[in-house]
Amino acid sequence: MSNSGARGNYLLEGLRRLGSVALFLLQLLGQCVPVLGRPNLLLKQIYNAGARSLIIIMLSGLFVGMVLGLQGYDLLQRFGSEQALGIAAALGLLRELAPVITALLFAGRAGTALASEIGLMRATDQLTAMEIMAIDPLRYVAAPRFLGGVIAMPLLTAIFSVIGLYGAQLVGVQLMGVDRGTFWSQTQGAVDLHDVSEGLVKSLVFGIACSLIAVHEGYHAEPTAEGVGLATTRTVVASSVLTLLLDYVLTAAFL
Amino acid sequence: MRANRTLEIGTGLFVLLGFAALLFLTTQLPASGLKLGSARAGFRVNAEFDNIGDLKVGSPVTMSGVRLGEVTDIHFDPKDYKAVVTMHIDPQYNQIPEDSFASIETQGLLGGKYISLSPGGLDTYLKGGSTIEQTQSAIVLENLINKFFANYSTSGQSGANQSGGNQGGSQPNPGKATDNSGKPESHK
Repeated sequence: MSNSGARGNYLLEGLRRLGSVALFLLQLLGQCVPVLGRPNLLLKQIYNAGARSLIIIMLSGLFVGMVLGLQGYDLLQRFGSEQALGIAAALGLLRELAPVITALLFAGRAGTALASEIGLMRATDQLTAMEIMAIDPLRYVAAPRFLGGVIAMPLLTAIFSVIGLYGAQLVGVQLMGVDRGTFWSQTQGAVDLHDVSEGLVKSLVFGIACSLIAVHEGYHAEPTAEGVGLATTRTVVASSVLTLLLDYVLTAAFL
Repeated sequence: MRANRTLEIGTGLFVLLGFAALLFLTTQLPASGLKLGSARAGFRVNAEFDNIGDLKVGSPVTMSGVRLGEVTDIHFDPKDYKAVVTMHIDPQYNQIPEDSFASIETQGLLGGKYISLSPGGLDTYLKGGSTIEQTQSAIVLENLINKFFANYSTSGQSGANQSGGNQGGSQPNPGKATDNSGKPESHK
């Protein structure tokens, strides 16, 4: 009896969490317009989430593209069609790898920073202090961070794609000897604006999901040292799983 | 103030890079987008083909397997129903005989198409605006297979030579760039 009761509590707790995330999203969205009137707050968060993730995104993009070039070349030359390397690399990057890997890196690099920062504010009663001073922490702390992440993600993804493409070109053309003109002309022949927009829509959705989870976990963290750590861990786990799950759904919707 | 300045510069750099990447992805990558052409040294040569297969802008132009330049434009000539291919040849290759022969070949079995030039014997050389007179169209694999089966079935039934076999002797020979055995289509 007590066992089923515990299970019921578990289920209820899961439902409550889901509901609180959804409500939090609505509250954040409501605060987004006022935040646009305070560009300084937003600027700082775009810097934190975007500009400071630039190095890791560019490095990862380069190596992912280079690996794609190597693997793609090895596979395609078995069929004597290594000229299609550009197509394979561009479509793979634009549609899948760039949005997903950028989101995973973002969750690890910026999401954890957001969650622990806000969580620590909660633990040290800064958020409560703001409330007492009649400053809405949702507007001044949570919403700018959320919006900054949402704006940064598509830009990071685009940078990842371009660097990755040049990484693939570096390996394919410089190392493996695929003709440069063929590489780009085949790529341009196969890539459609539709493919670019698929990657953009994905990155936007991932941006919303990852920023929302990070800000929510931080905002609702237990005000203890352990609670902040837990919130950070949960941010990475939930963001990563949700990103991959949403990726499947979006891919199915786009195909 | 100092910290604010680095913040603004960093953000500016990030946003600039992001939008540059977006612009590249949307305008340069898809074939439908705008192309920023860059004027390069070298000269342009035209050639007319009956059928270019899936030759694309950017496909290489080679002689003896060495890359000389690339295809820069393809358009259709509505007067004599031919495809006009404009090629850009790098400036150091200015001694290609004027009566050279251009054929469209395939990289690998199913790879992209490229233009292979075979040298002629004249002492006058191709220069900007020249037209290559002797060309051979792309070999379309499906046509070749169709022809093979048509030949096979008719020769099996009657053994007589069929009317459509005027080009039945041409062989796909994608490996050899300098192969001269293919029959050029003489222009009037």
